[in-house]
Amino acid sequence: MTVDAPASWTTTIAHEPGVAKPDPILVVEGVNRRFGGLVAVDVAHMEVQRGAITALIGPNGAGKTTLFNLLTGFDQSDGGSWRFAGRDLSGVPAHKVAHHGMVRTFQLTKSLALLTVMENMKLGATGQRGERFWGGLLRPLWRAQEKEIEERADVLLERFKLSHVRDEFAGALSGGQRKLLEMARALMVQPDLVMLDEPMAGVNPVLKQSLLTHVKQLRADGMTVLFVEHDMDVVYDISDWVVVLAQGRIIAEGPPAAIGANPKVIDAYLGTHFAEGGGEALGELGPQEHLEVMEVGLGQPLGAEGPGPERPLGAEGTAGDG
Amino acid sequence: MDWALIFRSTGQAAIGPDACYYALAASGLNVHIGYTGLLNFGQAAFGAAGAYGLAVAVVTYGVSFWAALFVGLLGSVVLALVLGFPTLRLRSDYLAIVTLAAAEIIRLVVRSVRYTATLGGTDGLQAFGDAFFRLNPFDGASYTPLQFRPDQVWLLVCAWPLVALCCLLTFLLMRSPWGRVVKAIREDEDAVRSLGKNTYWYKMQSLMLGGAFGAVAGIVFAMSKQSVNPDDYGTRFTFTALAVMILGGTARVIGPVVGAVIFIGILQFLDVLLRQAIDAGLVPGWLPIDVNKVAIIRLIFVGIALVLLMIFRPQGILGDRREVAIRDR
Repeated sequence: MTVDAPASWTTTIAHEPGVAKPDPILVVEGVNRRFGGLVAVDVAHMEVQRGAITALIGPNGAGKTTLFNLLTGFDQSDGGSWRFAGRDLSGVPAHKVAHHGMVRTFQLTKSLALLTVMENMKLGATGQRGERFWGGLLRPLWRAQEKEIEERADVLLERFKLSHVRDEFAGALSGGQRKLLEMARALMVQPDLVMLDEPMAGVNPVLKQSLLTHVKQLRADGMTVLFVEHDMDVVYDISDWVVVLAQGRIIAEGPPAAIGANPKVIDAYLGTHFAEGGGEALGELGPQEHLEVMEVGLGQPLGAEGPGPERPLGAEGTAGDG
Repeated sequence: MDWALIFRSTGQAAIGPDACYYALAASGLNVHIGYTGLLNFGQAAFGAAGAYGLAVAVVTYGVSFWAALFVGLLGSVVLALVLGFPTLRLRSDYLAIVTLAAAEIIRLVVRSVRYTATLGGTDGLQAFGDAFFRLNPFDGASYTPLQFRPDQVWLLVCAWPLVALCCLLTFLLMRSPWGRVVKAIREDEDAVRSLGKNTYWYKMQSLMLGGAFGAVAGIVFAMSKQSVNPDDYGTRFTFTALAVMILGGTARVIGPVVGAVIFIGILQFLDVLLRQAIDAGLVPGWLPIDVNKVAIIRLIFVGIALVLLMIFRPQGILGDRREVAIRDR
């Protein structure tokens, strides 16, 4: 199937922050989080389209990961609410969020080092009878279910090309393989929405291609993907829609091409040298310009969080206005 | 040098009550630290809960011995809940500090003058195990070749199967999906939460299970002394159990048992050996070693041995080197 074709809805709705989507799976309303005097997240309204791949981009410290943490119950918001698939999930603890079909990965890969790859996978399955204390003691109660889960895990491991390391300790895998494992493990939950926090950080180009294919496959399988990424190359390649966060606020939304041309985004995140031809001239992005964007994207540090010299110029200045 | 005495004494200690209750206490710690990653530095509190649950119920409240055993066990479960409720949200190193402090608080409360009438104060409580020892089927003859007293044999015959039962429970649970979740929590709690497991409750269950093992240890300890004293449940209890667990190999079902047998055996071996050597005049006069210092000097040797173990075999006796290597990556 043509997974690369832009979905029609992206052209019919306005390209502005907080715009309503035709079929949102996640609706965020007035969520904010402060750390002392610092406003880490202050999202007035955000909708995530069902069955699409939405990218969340923004400079370091924009609040992307904090927003992830809030939505998945890993942090508590200071106000606001969000609805996932029609259910109010605000304030719901992390483990219940997963039961509702929303599962996340982490910026720093969390493979469970002293569990084997297969054990990592099996952990992802929900509703296991053997995971109850007394149930666990009695093997006949969970043996059949365990076998089913193992079969399901084997299919995923095959797809993610991890079958050959099935019985190795996860801690023995390479960084890239751990990224794959973490994604595959999240899929064991059978989620509706997969939230990936910098899935491509520290991954070599070949593996990146394979990860990209996997993410597109998730969409093809009917899942919704929301991901944080600094690698603009990746963002342009796979996302249907891009949400730009700066200083905790959404400063822009739109399909990738439009975002690349948005002067606010260039100022806050992509870097001013990118806009040499003038903001207007980039309104219509052709393939040529795409390449340029990708070059800029590749210049971005992989997975670097926290202030550093690699921060795009002007990032602080514009965000301060908003 | 009486080598027969040295080896008999070593063998007696290695399968004696000390090894037995340290095996139990360390098995509990193994569930906490080895499998779940809960850095419990207050295992003595669980031992005290078991021992005092039993002794107070019998001596102060006149409950029957058999019912009092359950009071002891229940005491440890309640302690786990009370201790776990506020602390299990803490990161592991904070948990270590809190459990260490909690154990000391319990010891100091138990030995306080204010509660002497109920808890026995510094004198402790005695004569709570009579109902148990009345059932002793072993007669007055000493049991060769290790020459245990009959009541000791009776206690050991009842207590070692409890060790086996704890090991069996640990084995069954740790091979199950429940054990998988618990081990995953040890590796990375947030990852497990993100996959929809209520890690808080799993940690609580683990704390209760390992705490109950600790309570059984406290009960065996109390029965072997036929007395409970608050100062028996100080930090030394916890850290000896910890050393036993590390010696045997963490996250191994019978690691704590092997560790306890060897640890207590070596301690006794050194004790008798040093005394014999001093008596035989084999220790040169310039060494500051005399009979009164043996109890301390043997600990120095054991300490050196543990340091060497950590350097050359950090996985313990039964551990897997590969696991340590992966952890250090």
